[in-house]
Amino acid sequence: MTDQTQTPLVQLKDISISFGGIRAVDHVSLDLYPGEVVGLLGHNGAGKSTLIKILSGAYQKDSGEIWINGEKADIQSPRDARDYNIETIYQTLALADNLDAASNLFLGRELVSAAGFVDDVKMESETARIMARLNPNFRKLKEPVSALSGGQRQSVAIARAVYFNAKILIMDEPTAALGVHETQMVAELIHELKKQGLGIFLISHDTREMLELCDRVSVMKNGQLVGTERVGDVTEDDILSMIIMGKKPEKAA
Amino acid sequence: MSDQTSQKSAPGTSNEGFFARFIRETEIDTRLLGMLGALALIWVGFHVYGQLVNGFGAFLTPRNLWNLSVQTASIGIMATGMVLVIITRHIDLSVGSVLGFCAIIMGVMQVNILPQFLGLGHPLIWIIAIIIGVLCGGFIGAFHGALIAYGKIPAFIVTLGGLLVWRGAAFLVARGETISPVDETFSLLGGGPYGAIGSTGSWIIGILGCAAVLGLLIMGRRKRSVHDIRQRPVWAEGFLALVGCGAVIGAVLLVNAYPWPRGIVRRYAESEGITVPEGGLFISHGFAIPVLILMAVAIFMTILMSRTRFGRYVYAIGGNPEAAELAGINTRFMTVKIFALMGALTGLSAVVASARLGSATNALGTLDELYVIAAAVIGGTSLAGGVGTIYGAVLGALVMQSLQTGMVLIGFDAAIQQVVVGSVLVLAVYLDILYRRNSK
Repeated sequence: MTDQTQTPLVQLKDISISFGGIRAVDHVSLDLYPGEVVGLLGHNGAGKSTLIKILSGAYQKDSGEIWINGEKADIQSPRDARDYNIETIYQTLALADNLDAASNLFLGRELVSAAGFVDDVKMESETARIMARLNPNFRKLKEPVSALSGGQRQSVAIARAVYFNAKILIMDEPTAALGVHETQMVAELIHELKKQGLGIFLISHDTREMLELCDRVSVMKNGQLVGTERVGDVTEDDILSMIIMGKKPEKAA
Repeated sequence: MSDQTSQKSAPGTSNEGFFARFIRETEIDTRLLGMLGALALIWVGFHVYGQLVNGFGAFLTPRNLWNLSVQTASIGIMATGMVLVIITRHIDLSVGSVLGFCAIIMGVMQVNILPQFLGLGHPLIWIIAIIIGVLCGGFIGAFHGALIAYGKIPAFIVTLGGLLVWRGAAFLVARGETISPVDETFSLLGGGPYGAIGSTGSWIIGILGCAAVLGLLIMGRRKRSVHDIRQRPVWAEGFLALVGCGAVIGAVLLVNAYPWPRGIVRRYAESEGITVPEGGLFISHGFAIPVLILMAVAIFMTILMSRTRFGRYVYAIGGNPEAAELAGINTRFMTVKIFALMGALTGLSAVVASARLGSATNALGTLDELYVIAAAVIGGTSLAGGVGTIYGAVLGALVMQSLQTGMVLIGFDAAIQQVVVGSVLVLAVYLDILYRRNSK
């Protein structure tokens, strides 16, 4: 399905990071191609979130290299990551609860008028535009996001990632707080973004969902990569045994 | 009575009361109303108490209210900066001491150092002194901010240390001496008969103020129509315009109703060669210069907080520091900038305070930090972070100063004043907690 002969969008090469003597990520290598969804699976504390936080600039790796579009990239901060068109939807959503949807969507990248003042009207109408696409029921543009439901908050976080024309999208448990209907909307969005040629890293605990949404899945355990498999080649049981036992499925079986 | 009016004035809408509909349509902040109510209560209360107990209600007189406005200036200027500090979940306990230190530095500059080079009474002295004072405050603030942001020392500790350090430093600079007199032009910035802009100037300010009120309302309407947001009804806009302009004109009438004292009029008349008529000469004070400084600071800070990225980031850091960091905001450098701004405003306050006194003493600004923090908190700045307004802090400063002045006027002694001010601070925070719980 994905043309693997082209240059990978992202290559994580031999990435390691430690926190106080604990190897949270231990020599992990991963790659991601345009128009591909790669799922990251593993127990809590397996190092999935830590790994993607290195790519999104929230953490700085101890060793290893990040290559974007075949060139070595230097990502020291979230701002650097954004310069490489990497957008992240964090598990915690990372929203400032006291600000409204527009202020959150444009946080750190406010639209300013010629005089250098923030252009609230423009930002609000842009927010209304993208929200109409993502979540047509979204009305509370003026209220602080603390007044929104879990699903609405999630759509603000997703809108923020989608609005700025990301090439690489990182989604950390995007459906954890959502109901059935909203989960379906996120799945549709992922398909649409895939068609547009984005590369997506997806983190989730829901194995079945991952098999539906992803092209490949990578399993981590105790900071190490157990293996990466094409979803067509494995069953749900294979994945579960990788997560639990930390072993690759037998090819012959 | 209110039930009847609600049914008449809100036909067809819901069964909400007249007052609720009024608040909704005019979009007035209920918190602001509460503060104005508290202020009115304090003012009338002190006046009536004075009338009943002392036989003379001294509070609601042009003279007292004019003095109140001057006394509010110094605390108010600092309170606008404290709002930013508290919004970002920090605190600054050092402002009173920094004020004293900046005042001493400015005093030494204009009395001991600058006259040596420029000559006594040189017109540049006051300007250089102010620049040095504001920079001095700014650098101290930036230093505090750097310790907090990069040294990871809690703001409470850094500024508690600063409270002692800068008070002691102020003593060391001048060996505890009082430095006076300050430069003549400099002293005008503290108010007083000559440090006010007079009747004509006040009317000009008043007209500008009314124009600003109307301009803001019209601009708001235009923006809403461009963006297709529901307009306020015309009666609500009219009401806001009327109240806004009424308040401005009322303030002008008030400051113009307070004449120069007779002695000053006589001296002025002699120097200008005017003969004073039988009934005396009525020369209005008008707005005091420190009050105008406070207004300018409040306008500047309001624009900074609501219309610039800097202000947006201050609120974002207060709401969720981690999210702000992940959004690419340099939160540490922001902390340095916020404390530097607080320090610079403290330096400006030191100008007003020492100019008003006509001298610089190392005790200037003692306990100011408590009044400033109280002003910000009473004005609705949440200690949990993320919430606060500049106008609220200025009103809060007015409330604190009204309490203080009122107690002096009716003859409470210092001990009772301390008890009352301390209790009011605690009560205000408690009311704030109740208000927030109910508005959720």
